Amino acid sequence: MATTEVERRRGQLAALSIAAVVIIVGVPLWWRTTETYRAWLPVSQIKELAKLQLHLSADVEVVFARGTVTPEQQKKVPLTQTQNMEHRVDGDSFNAILTPMRLSNSASVEADLSLHTLSESPSGSLVVYVIPESSSLLPQNVDVYIGQRRTALLRIGSQMRVGKTLEQLLAHMEPRIKQVLHVMSFSHTDITAALSNRVRISPGNKESIADSMRAFKSSPGYEITFSLLNPDPKSHRLHWDIEGAVETYIQPLLTKLSPVANFSIDSQTLYYAMLGVNPRFDSSRSTYTLNADSLAHVINPVEARLGSNAASSNPVLNFLLYIPDAHHSPLYIHDHKKQQVPTNAFHSPRWGGIMVYNVNEFYEVDTVFPVDINIDMAKVMGVFLAQLRLLLGVQSSTPPPGFLVAPCGNAGLADWELDRLMWSRSVENIATATTTITSLAQLLDQIGNIVINDNIAQQVSSAVTSLQLAVSELEAGNLGFALQYSKEAILSSERAFFDPSLLHLLYFPDDQKFAIYIPLFLPMCVPILLSLLKIVSEARQKHREKKPKKD
Amino acid sequence: CVGINLRYRFHVSLLCKLVSCFGDRAGQFFSSGHTNNWAVLVCTSRFWFNYRHVANTLSVYRSVKRLGIPDSHIVLMLADDMACNHRNPKPATVFSHKNMELNVYGDDVEVDYRGYEVTVENFLRILTGRLPPSTPRSKRLLSDDRSNILIYLTGHGGNGFLKFQDSEEISNVELADAFEQMWQKRRYNELLFIIDTCQGASMYERFYSPNLMALASSQVGEDSLSHQPDLAIGVHLMDRYTFYLLEFLEDIHPASKTNMNDLFKVCPKSQCVSTPGHRTDLFLRDPGSVLITDFFGSVRKVELTMETINLTDPIDAESGELQKEMHTYADQLPVSEIIHQKPKQKDWHPPDGFILGLWTLILLVFFQTYGVKHLKHIF
Repeated sequence: MATTEVERRRGQLAALSIAAVVIIVGVPLWWRTTETYRAWLPVSQIKELAKLQLHLSADVEVVFARGTVTPEQQKKVPLTQTQNMEHRVDGDSFNAILTPMRLSNSASVEADLSLHTLSESPSGSLVVYVIPESSSLLPQNVDVYIGQRRTALLRIGSQMRVGKTLEQLLAHMEPRIKQVLHVMSFSHTDITAALSNRVRISPGNKESIADSMRAFKSSPGYEITFSLLNPDPKSHRLHWDIEGAVETYIQPLLTKLSPVANFSIDSQTLYYAMLGVNPRFDSSRSTYTLNADSLAHVINPVEARLGSNAASSNPVLNFLLYIPDAHHSPLYIHDHKKQQVPTNAFHSPRWGGIMVYNVNEFYEVDTVFPVDINIDMAKVMGVFLAQLRLLLGVQSSTPPPGFLVAPCGNAGLADWELDRLMWSRSVENIATATTTITSLAQLLDQIGNIVINDNIAQQVSSAVTSLQLAVSELEAGNLGFALQYSKEAILSSERAFFDPSLLHLLYFPDDQKFAIYIPLFLPMCVPILLSLLKIVSEARQKHREKKPKKD
Repeated sequence: CVGINLRYRFHVSLLCKLVSCFGDRAGQFFSSGHTNNWAVLVCTSRFWFNYRHVANTLSVYRSVKRLGIPDSHIVLMLADDMACNHRNPKPATVFSHKNMELNVYGDDVEVDYRGYEVTVENFLRILTGRLPPSTPRSKRLLSDDRSNILIYLTGHGGNGFLKFQDSEEISNVELADAFEQMWQKRRYNELLFIIDTCQGASMYERFYSPNLMALASSQVGEDSLSHQPDLAIGVHLMDRYTFYLLEFLEDIHPASKTNMNDLFKVCPKSQCVSTPGHRTDLFLRDPGSVLITDFFGSVRKVELTMETINLTDPIDAESGELQKEMHTYADQLPVSEIIHQKPKQKDWHPPDGFILGLWTLILLVFFQTYGVKHLKHIF
């Protein structure tokens, strides 16, 4: 009948239009409303960075003093030289690169010990002055003298002189100059130690492990706290001019280290703070002793009372000055061989240092207690400064034989030591930032549910840019800029990685996803599908009926 | 004289990926390379009848503090306050042994996350470090790549999840992912994970990051049982596993050399009824060489300072006197003014009769519309 036909047509049209709306409008709408916002990240650049190849170049200027080169050799100057250094880090080999260098002709220099204060070399470079064998500047058994600034004096050996061209002379001096470079700038062990969080050092190299465990990791800021522990206020009234001492002795070092990190200093006095260990009385010397084994248990009871600045998350270096109480004076620290430690101090890796200061010579047996005592801050700060150098990673290992290193002077830090620190910090920062960015990209890739906001994408991009700049500055040899860019890279990458919005809380296993969607979509989809199937089967039937008719 | 410029190039390449680097080293033997210890102790259940979970956590806290880890390195999360609960017959105490032998609450406990702050989100934020910048230091886990971390969880759990606050859960996959993120950022050197819940072993099944060791109080399909009730307090005081763990830890002192194999033997099936389990395949060192104090205590490595620097400059004495600030109390309001103060002007209300008049009007209109005869039914 016509009406049923019309109705059937209407039904078919309705089913088709519903299906069309669902597929064309519904499915994209559902997709768009359930997707998470993910800003674009420079993934290809990050992958590029992960295959990081660092080139470190240090400029070394070699100045020959009068009497070290023959006139024929002198004609060859200016001369450029390049050196290869091949190093393996954790089983990867890499080649070194030859770079042609320009040579400058410098005027004759007076062979004077004040040589080393003359030239102001830029950060990261070295000047090596070669002096004749017979020179009396250096003592007999010393071949190399490393000064406070970025200079070294190298005594030319007898075998290096005889009848050679300048290139051969340089080739002969090369091992010596390489040694100087290893001490003053960077060496294989330094760089490996700086990369120690990416590459586990093999246990065979114990000294470098100890060095890497002792120094604090690279951080944009540190807090230093000086504490005076007075367990016996009834006997001792202590006065220490901590502000003046910090201003005079510690601040110059920290100012010099300002390109590396920010420092904030505070100080406190703690009363009735005892050491957790009872010292033993040594009757042969009639002193009280703390032996090296019991020192490990001293720190913990004290640490609970030290406190720290609640506002910042920077690592804290604690320096404690302990004045023994009157009944346990004098107190000396003994090493494993039962000898007194001359500084009477010890330090703990990545924590700080403790010094014991004896005051029993300030009073006789029958003085009236409490006694006023002024602490000799120069002596105390000398020890604390040495510990600070160790904890910040400034201290270098023992130099090779035949080397004489100048004392570091009143700033507490020689220029080349600062350079060393800057090299290893730059490498460490670049490695850490690269690891952070790479693992962040990996994490965001793996977990599709995390929302990536625009600010995170911006931080990541700026971190990648800073890293690329830092690597290129290292290659060019501009140490100051390289360190600055590497610090910016670290800050951006840490901010991106630790952004509070990146928390992936929702883990949806597949069966839970099905359980949520099926009750919503199945009741709607089943009638549509069935009606579509019905339409298709009717159309096919009609087509089959039509065919015999045509025939 | 002459000068020559030599440029040395030191070419370093970092081609290896992190994971493969580490995998090559799997067979090697390290001595513990840690310099500091941290502990994250979490109790996830609230309500008075879950007293034993709070007591569990506090007893581990007490042991860890006794062995040397300072409060600044402990993050203690307690989901409910038992010591000051209204139903506690002995306020300010939490006991772990019946007959009130041992008060694990003590007098210097420092709870970092309390009550409703103990959530899955906060726990994961602590582990991964993604806390808002305003979070104080005591609420953060500031560990580095040389930290050994002890993580202790207790509460009600099931196969693959742990219940927080009776309203949400953390799954074992999320926990494993959180540990992986910690490893990626090198936030731990070695991590010991202890869990005391029902079916606790399911929580460490999914771990895949290196240097993790895990202990659980029961296997999948088993329940962890509580130890003993105290009739005066009226609830069970401790769970069995943690009770025997506490007994074991009371014998440890900071210098003891007991190792992890002894810890695995704590609470055998005869005492615990459930079977405690452990997982060490992800851990690099041999458990027999790992000391208990590597995780529960804080033994510092110490070096003697052999050098000193000779400082000759005298101290600058002209840094000036300290500026002294005088502080005074601000003038309080004099007493007479307080007494004779007039009350504040209240907001305007319509006069009292207005409402009554309005209702009368409404009633009159109603009765006029529908007839007066209804009035007599009301009055």
